[in-house]
Amino acid sequence: MNYIIGAFKPPCNISISFADGRTRKQVPLKKENGQTALVPLFQSQENIVGEVSIEPIPGKKVEHNGVKIELLGQIELYFDRGNFYDFTSLVRELDVPGEIHDRKTYPFEFSTVEMPYESYNGVNVRLRYILKVTISRNYVSNIVEYQDFLVRNYTPLPSINNSIKMEVGIEDCLHIEFEYSKSKYHLKDVIVGKIYFLLVRIKIKNMELEIRRRESTGSGPNTYVETETLAKFELMDGAPVRGESIPIRLFLSPYELTPTYRNINNKFSVKYYLNLVLVDEEDRRYFKQQEITVYRLQENQ
Amino acid sequence: MLSDGVEDEEKWLAEGIAGFQQNAFCMHRALDSNNLRDALKYSAQMLSELRTSRLSPHKYYELYMRSFDELRRLEMFFKEETKRGCSIVDLYELVQHAGNILPRLYLLCTVGSVYIKSKEAPAKDVLKDLVEMCRGVQHPVRGLFLRSYLSQISRDKLPDIGSEYEGDVGTVMDAVEFVLQNFTEMNKLWVRMQHQGPAREKEKREKERSELRDLVGKNLHVLSQVEGVDLEMYKETVLPRVLEQVVNCKDELAQYYLMDCIIQVFPDEYHLQTLETLLGACPQLQSSVDIKTVLSQLMERLSNYASSSSEVLPEFLQVEAFSKLSGAIGKVIEAQPEMPVVGAISLYVSLLTFTLRVHPDRLDYVDQVLGACVKKLSGKAKAEDSKATKQVVALLSAPLEKYNDIVTALKLTNYPRVMDHLDHVTNKVMAVVIIQSIMKNNTYITTANRVEALFELIKGLIKDMDGTPIEELDEEDFKEEQNSVARLIHMLVNEDHEEMMKIITTVRRHILQGGPKRLPFTIPPLIFSALKLVRGLQGQEGDGVGEEGPVTSKKIFQLLHQTIETLSSVSSPELALRLFLQCAEAANDCDLEPVAYEFFTQAFILYEEEVADSKAQVTAIHLIIGTLQRMTVFGVENRDTLTHKATGYSAKLLKKPDQCRAVYACSHLFWVDEQDGIKDGERVLLCLKRALRIANAAQQMANVMRGSGGPVTLFVEILNKYLYFFEKGNPHITSNIIQGLIELIATEMQSDSSTHDPLADAFLASTMRYIQFQKQKGGLMGEKYEPIKV
Repeated sequence: MNYIIGAFKPPCNISISFADGRTRKQVPLKKENGQTALVPLFQSQENIVGEVSIEPIPGKKVEHNGVKIELLGQIELYFDRGNFYDFTSLVRELDVPGEIHDRKTYPFEFSTVEMPYESYNGVNVRLRYILKVTISRNYVSNIVEYQDFLVRNYTPLPSINNSIKMEVGIEDCLHIEFEYSKSKYHLKDVIVGKIYFLLVRIKIKNMELEIRRRESTGSGPNTYVETETLAKFELMDGAPVRGESIPIRLFLSPYELTPTYRNINNKFSVKYYLNLVLVDEEDRRYFKQQEITVYRLQENQ
Repeated sequence: MLSDGVEDEEKWLAEGIAGFQQNAFCMHRALDSNNLRDALKYSAQMLSELRTSRLSPHKYYELYMRSFDELRRLEMFFKEETKRGCSIVDLYELVQHAGNILPRLYLLCTVGSVYIKSKEAPAKDVLKDLVEMCRGVQHPVRGLFLRSYLSQISRDKLPDIGSEYEGDVGTVMDAVEFVLQNFTEMNKLWVRMQHQGPAREKEKREKERSELRDLVGKNLHVLSQVEGVDLEMYKETVLPRVLEQVVNCKDELAQYYLMDCIIQVFPDEYHLQTLETLLGACPQLQSSVDIKTVLSQLMERLSNYASSSSEVLPEFLQVEAFSKLSGAIGKVIEAQPEMPVVGAISLYVSLLTFTLRVHPDRLDYVDQVLGACVKKLSGKAKAEDSKATKQVVALLSAPLEKYNDIVTALKLTNYPRVMDHLDHVTNKVMAVVIIQSIMKNNTYITTANRVEALFELIKGLIKDMDGTPIEELDEEDFKEEQNSVARLIHMLVNEDHEEMMKIITTVRRHILQGGPKRLPFTIPPLIFSALKLVRGLQGQEGDGVGEEGPVTSKKIFQLLHQTIETLSSVSSPELALRLFLQCAEAANDCDLEPVAYEFFTQAFILYEEEVADSKAQVTAIHLIIGTLQRMTVFGVENRDTLTHKATGYSAKLLKKPDQCRAVYACSHLFWVDEQDGIKDGERVLLCLKRALRIANAAQQMANVMRGSGGPVTLFVEILNKYLYFFEKGNPHITSNIIQGLIELIATEMQSDSSTHDPLADAFLASTMRYIQFQKQKGGLMGEKYEPIKV
């Protein structure tokens, strides 16, 4: 019986390892099955170097029509599940057709790979990078092995970073002026600012600052927009009076933000907003939403 | 409904505490296992209980105190955590990740405390950050407690002078700035509290507010404890800033409390040096603020300060404390036109107390205060308000108590003017107080001028004021008052006769305005006072001076004469008569026969014309007889005239027994048992015989009217007179006569008709015993009595 079961098992183990696997930073990646695994982290223009080792199960041989390794950048839209859109696809042939009897390793190298988009795992869309090793076979299905890796791209400090300052209000009811010191924030940044009350005629109960992520997928009639509130941060408790100014200090680090993605291959975009919400005693909400740009700053910078 | 509310609150508090304790328990576990993340999580949840709006400040405080204790533990934990290598800066950030602001800020303050202690950042920066971030809590109660927590944890970490947190970048200025800012914000929250919630609960809210006031005031206390706040800084920074807040908050409760706080927590010395600023704020306060209490407290403190050591007194002079206070009070009164009179007056009372304690030597200040008070009172109706009246009385009493000497008060020109503003009743009360003060301190008023001033003060007692209410005062009170005036007159003395004369003239002028009801009380002391002067003069005249001086006995007697005449005109003839007799006696002592005669004449005229009541007549005639008997000044003729008159009147008394007694009393007029006394035995006998006749007549009348003879008392009395003259050696009184009288009495006693009066019997018996005794004594007297048989 063992024999029969063994027949359906792949006849070999494939492992993909990176040349700098020991030193390269590993980051957690949430897999489809809900588990997280540590995967290596790359950025665009890096060389992805490593080796693939194929180790047949002892006493077996692997007949193949060739071995290849592909580097794929895929976008998967969930409304179109299973259909991957590859925006990057690089192939390296590792072996010509033949048989593998013993453990065999193939070095591979993708030099200065262009990976313009970051890995992203959203509500309706996923962008991922994989290394895919395929052992092509006749008559039976190919043997395929995947290795995920993450890509993060860093942005230098923006040269222009204006503050967001605005006066808003409801006539004869509420006038406020708010100011966020910057319009562009890196992921570990702090939002600093203040809200200045020019006129208060409503009984405010509290005030919050929300960070909202707006993920837009598809295009045209098939556009799906998903908005998530990532942070609800109470700024003020109680009712202020005219002339009061309330400080804002919101650390972004506890929240799982990504950089802003304006347009990823015409497939999706991810934008961030600060939503200032005032709640009155009847639980009516008055809010004002402002887009901010989130970027990834080189951490050791 | 209300009890429901209370029950609900209890329930809410219980719920809050339950939730609190549960999270506190989890936090403790996390702390014990050094789990920072959980510690933060549960502490934030625990502190979330403080987010409730349902508890009254009182109940909220209970929750707050629990939090406070737990946060102390957490602080210890944070400290250990930093020792274990966790960076304090990271911790400072980490606690700010909490989503709810209130727990976040409590935690931030707690970590901030550790942060300052670690000295990784200047204390001033951390403090500044904390006090700024706390702005996020705008709910009055929650904000007040949060900031109170901040104040609590920062107290020992201020970059004060000499503190370990003082450094190049953190100066005492920063410490002050921090506390001031926290104070300002707390006060704003506190003031705002009154506008929260429905209007019908306003009263309750105000009560709750006043429960919370100490949270606000604590900041001022902290400020006063900061070493580095020297006078300079207090003057330039602290006080102006605090006052600015106080004035701007425009809230009655806060203004009153904070002003009081300022006065209580900062040293007196500072107040003294910043009086102008402090006082400058007073007129700017809300008109409903009870400034008078505030200022009174201030003055009270300053005067205590002044009395604490004499070294500080020059400071008071240097800063012109008095004029500043006085000016400020004027302004306050001006700024608060609605302040009731009582308020204004009590302010003046405080100022006066201050003045009396600090500048007891500056009577002009005292007078100035009174003057200001008069100004305030003028234009108002007389102080009807009983409270205001009370204050005016206090105002007037203060100098009296201080100086213990009315003489000083008499120098105050405005004093009587203030008194003018009292209603009649109070005016009198005040006058009595003045008099009592004089009595108590045995103050002698020694000049006419002062007497003049004094009478100006007590004129409410001296004469009827215009518009005195008609309804009559209590008779007893009136007597009491007038008696005190009478006592007062005796305190007006001067050794110098000339001055004394002036005093008497002055007093006389005043009391003569008193009207019929007062004169009987006030004239006698005056008369006696004058008579005393006369005696003094007499002593002097003995030395051969004074006769030609401006003050002579004659003049005084003239004065007395006129004075007593007034009395007789106001239907107090008996009193006038007595006084005339007193004067006559004094004149007798001065050897002024015509004067004495004149007085007697007056006495007789009064007797004739005014004394109608028979009882009064009896008394009067006895007085006349008594006085006359002692007169030595009269020549034979005058004396005859007078004795004749007296005897005549005696015989004309209405009732026989009275007649009898008066007549036998007259017998003494003819027998003065002195060296050169008149000794007219014959007329004595005549008088006694006449008396006996009258007694007989009386007895017969009694028989006729009542069918029984009266008691033999009269006879026994006459017998005694006989015995007296017999002993004195009147040749016309012989043992035979006495014997006859004794027998007469015996007959009377035995007659059936006579009634037996035990008293009369006893009298007779003892008279008899006396005779027996004299007989047995032997010697000259024994011999004399020998013939009398009992």
